[in-house]
Amino acid sequence: MTARTLRGVLALAAAAAALACQRETRRFRESPPAATSETAVAMSELVPGPKTRDLPIRNPYERNAYAVSEGERLFNAYNCSGCHSHGGGGIGPALMDDQWIYGSDPENIFSTIVEGRPNGMPTFRGKIPNYQVWQIVAYVRSLSGLLPKDIAPARDDHMVAGPEPQRTEALRPKHAFTPSAADHP
Amino acid sequence: MSQSVRFWWSGRAGVAALLLVAGISGCSGGGGARAEQRRPVGDTAVTAAPPAPSGPRATIPAEASAPEDGQWTRPARDYASTRYSALDQINAGNVAELRVAATFSTGVLRGQEAAPIVVNNTMYVITPFPNFVYALDLTQPGLPVKWTYKPKPMAAAQGVACCDVVNRGVVYADGKIILNTLDNHTIAVDAVTGHELWRTRVGDINLGESLTMAPLVVKDKVLVGNSGGEFGVRGWLTALDLNTGKLAWRAWGTGPDKDVLIGPRFHPFYAKDRGTDLGVSSWPGDMWKIGGAGAWGWISYDPALNLVYYGTSNPGPWNPAQRPGDNKWSITLFARDPETGEAVWAYQITPHDLHDYDGINESILLDVPWHGQTRHVLLRPERNGYLYMIDRGTGEVLYANPFGYINSTTGVDLRTGRLQYAADKEPELGKVVRDICPAAPGVKDWQPSSFSPRTGYLYIPHQNLCMDVESVEASYVAGTPFVGMNVKMKAGPGGHRGELTAWDPVAGKPAWVIKEDLPVWSGTVATGGDLVFYGTMDGWFKAIDARSGRELWRFKTGSGIIGQPVTYRGPDGKQYVAVLSGVGGWSGGIVAGDLDARDSSAALGFVNAMKDLRARSTKGGTLYVFALP
Ligand code: HEC
Repeated sequence: MTARTLRGVLALAAAAAALACQRETRRFRESPPAATSETAVAMSELVPGPKTRDLPIRNPYERNAYAVSEGERLFNAYNCSGCHSHGGGGIGPALMDDQWIYGSDPENIFSTIVEGRPNGMPTFRGKIPNYQVWQIVAYVRSLSGLLPKDIAPARDDHMVAGPEPQRTEALRPKHAFTPSAADHP
Repeated sequence: MSQSVRFWWSGRAGVAALLLVAGISGCSGGGGARAEQRRPVGDTAVTAAPPAPSGPRATIPAEASAPEDGQWTRPARDYASTRYSALDQINAGNVAELRVAATFSTGVLRGQEAAPIVVNNTMYVITPFPNFVYALDLTQPGLPVKWTYKPKPMAAAQGVACCDVVNRGVVYADGKIILNTLDNHTIAVDAVTGHELWRTRVGDINLGESLTMAPLVVKDKVLVGNSGGEFGVRGWLTALDLNTGKLAWRAWGTGPDKDVLIGPRFHPFYAKDRGTDLGVSSWPGDMWKIGGAGAWGWISYDPALNLVYYGTSNPGPWNPAQRPGDNKWSITLFARDPETGEAVWAYQITPHDLHDYDGINESILLDVPWHGQTRHVLLRPERNGYLYMIDRGTGEVLYANPFGYINSTTGVDLRTGRLQYAADKEPELGKVVRDICPAAPGVKDWQPSSFSPRTGYLYIPHQNLCMDVESVEASYVAGTPFVGMNVKMKAGPGGHRGELTAWDPVAGKPAWVIKEDLPVWSGTVATGGDLVFYGTMDGWFKAIDARSGRELWRFKTGSGIIGQPVTYRGPDGKQYVAVLSGVGGWSGGIVAGDLDARDSSAALGFVNAMKDLRARSTKGGTLYVFALP
């Protein structure tokens, strides 16, 4: 074994250990953001007058692999997949690309699901409990690689349809209504 | 690929056909590629080209034909649904001179599946959602707009259109233009002024219903059927009064006999279709209430028998394990009295559907010499891959022969009328079943065929696709898809994805086949000049020799063609050919809906077979009108 491969193996082991730790903290009851559908969500990048900077809402499920896999299950159970397939779209737009009509931030996607959108996105208000919506939000964002790799689902239980979120190249949206969560550690 | 039964191009004839290909494809303008190779863009090859039959030929029943007035008043032109026009100014000798006479932008960039309608020197064009209707003045240079009608359908309706927000055309009757909107309104407008005369809501998007089909007018009835087989709708065909829009009758696609309008006049040919309330008892529990069987396709009418013919859609959900039984009356051909809606006979083409083989394709009414007699029949190039010749008085199947590659079934038992399934192609929960042919859109989808009484051939535009599937549990949430199947489509044997087949109804087999790289998702039109026109999904509009299939002319339009070409005589006495260009529909969703090709299950799995379309066509919405100089 050369020093280089040894170093590689060690690094991998360290990474695996780190990941394992993170996965150990399986917090099944993560408290979702306080945001409800009433929370104001900017729907435009054009802000009149002096720029105001809304702090984006953090979705704690984005740090929880179990919650994201729950999001994946719910995405199928609530028939999101019927209209968006496995992220490539169909009746509804693709959710795995870097093009977002109504914003890619967690609160935008939350509001898209709860409020619905005019051109055929149903409103799920009162149909899906808030914490489940946030789990779905985390999964939706994983489709375009916006979640950390160790959190994003690695394997689909079904016929392989496309790249797994874990292997999906991160497609940072070209524009976001609010600075992305990554800019606000 | 595994076994295909009665696969017509196997055996000696097939070898002969293959030998012919090598010779003929060299003449078709695109180099002499071998028939079984993947063809380069837009290239075609004809597999065989015998002369048109000189013996007895199929003919169009006089009562169901349209007068030769140079008009095109309904998408299928006549009640027999032949899409044949005797106009012959444009013919094999001069078609090479054909050029653009006018264009018009529809202002909408989704799949343009409609047929332009021509009546009283006016052309009527309907767009996909939001279903604008334009009246264009054919007497003026450049075809200026006479009026525009905007029905303003609900935007939310776009969420319940399974396969792009298409519309397949308007119909003219009694001074009115009748249109369907995606959000379930049937509307009559004055053909001269464009003023709305009546508007009737016939369905509900919150039940997953939408309208995409072209209505048909028979006497004083407007016939309309719903879409939504992927949304767990309960299907129906409805008749509205032509003058008031009031509901005259509704024949449900599932449920008790009184709802399906099955009564004392009902006499199906086969025992399997006889019984009481089969629309309930062939389903588990209440599943018939969300069982599909819509009527989103074509309707034909035989005035002599006073019967309308149409077929119903797939049952819901696609996952067959959730609905054991025959699932009546999904994928069923009905003959009904247009006045009362009463069913006179029915034939379930594909019982307990396994692969989304909707039965909504066109029925072409013909009189065919058969075993020494003239039989009054209808011909149906069916999605399940068989071309059925059926006695239109009784519902007896005279033959059901494959017109494409099939391995999901092994044939139709003509004694019982039953389709025979291949056990190894049945979907199973959580298991991937591979290489099912044809794929979900079938050997042929909605795109309509034409018939020429001069050659006696049917010109069938269709696909050559197979699929892998995995069925999953579908949950019913009203207003959202009810499918339960992961699908991945791909090219069928030979690697080409489309074909145009010239079918000889008397012989019950193809006369010749043109292979196209992309699915042929446009309609065809046959003319008295012995030409057939069709379009390709990368935008070529082509004229071929109706006898030999040889390509005679082609023109590249701005976007892929999935519309229905028509031909008419203009006020100047010249013959014109018109078609809408604008890719989309189920097959073109990857372009029209900006879908992501990395997900092979996108657009119900069609995207996997169409990954190259994005490089070959962009969105469009343009009417092209062609004429000789
Ligand atoms: C009945 C079909 C349908 C269902 C079911 C559906 N959607 Fe949608 N969705 C759409 C359509 C159509 C749009 C586009 C709406 C628009 O442009 O106004 C959309 C838009 C979206 C968007 C916004 C995309 C963007 O670019 O901004 C997101 C996110 C989304 N849907 C997620 C979901 C999730 C999560 C679910 C399940 C809870 C779901 N959808 C269920 C049809 C559907």
